Amino acid sequence: MNRFIVPLVVFLGLAGVLYIGVRHSPDKSIMASALLGKPAPSFELPVLGEARKLSSRELAGKPWVLNVWGTWCAGCREEHPALLAIARQNLVTLVGLSWKDEDAAAQQWLTQLGNPYSVVAVDREGRTAIDFGVYGAPETFLIDERGLVQYRHVGAMTLEAWEREFVPRLKRGGLP
Amino acid sequence: MRLGVLVLTLLLSMSAVAIDVTVLPDAEKQARYEALTHELRCMQCMNNSIADSPVGLASDLRRDVAEQIIAGKTDDEIRDAMVKRYGNVILFTPPLDRSSAWVWFFPVIAALAGLFIGIRIVRQRSRLVEQDDSVIETDESAR
Repeated sequence: MNRFIVPLVVFLGLAGVLYIGVRHSPDKSIMASALLGKPAPSFELPVLGEARKLSSRELAGKPWVLNVWGTWCAGCREEHPALLAIARQNLVTLVGLSWKDEDAAAQQWLTQLGNPYSVVAVDREGRTAIDFGVYGAPETFLIDERGLVQYRHVGAMTLEAWEREFVPRLKRGGLP
Repeated sequence: MRLGVLVLTLLLSMSAVAIDVTVLPDAEKQARYEALTHELRCMQCMNNSIADSPVGLASDLRRDVAEQIIAGKTDDEIRDAMVKRYGNVILFTPPLDRSSAWVWFFPVIAALAGLFIGIRIVRQRSRLVEQDDSVIETDESAR
């Protein structure tokens, strides 16, 4: 009898550990941003379709949402209708970050699918995306009026995620 | 033998297709660059280092490492800068804290448990042998 109990306990223990390992393996979609509660990185990037530059300082004082996208990214096409709906709510400034993309392709995309963004900054070399800890497009950040990162959504943005995660945080900040 | 040579040649030719061809100005910096890029995780492919990964983000991160080395940053400063942006998960060797404690201590616990079980089994077996002996002895004395 005893000779079966020890292997059984060892097996169950090992199975338990492996189960936890499988359940909690670093799933790409559940990682919290390392920047939560920290100041959003500063940047100064060209504005898509304009001759000026956008500095992160211009965005300070009001909450804003940064959506990292590229025309090469399937999830970005998937989330585009949600972004358009979010923009129509007019709750917050929606800033696009065109990540490692061709300007012409990005502009064509916005013409064809509609432009949800107040402004699109162009990060051709991907430096600002690295500063934000981006590891795959699309990613969407909420930055509060103090300039602190409050939330990051990884993967295609949805209206459910917007209502569940972004809107309450916007309201908590005592904003429009 | 000829098959072995063939396989070896194939393996060598694989390593010749290098993903990373960055060359830094001096050998010391190059060595640091290679060490650092091997200890940083490619966040897109998870189980590759940025040195081994062909994806765009990995090459951006390699460029970042190279630039920081040239700018005179120390290895620790570069690691810290990466952790600030991506979190501890970007390090293949995470620092010991509450969330990573079980990763560090589980192997020790498992080894101790294995040792304990091993000792028990050996003891049990040796006891069986002793019993066998005694049985034989009593058998003999009975005869």
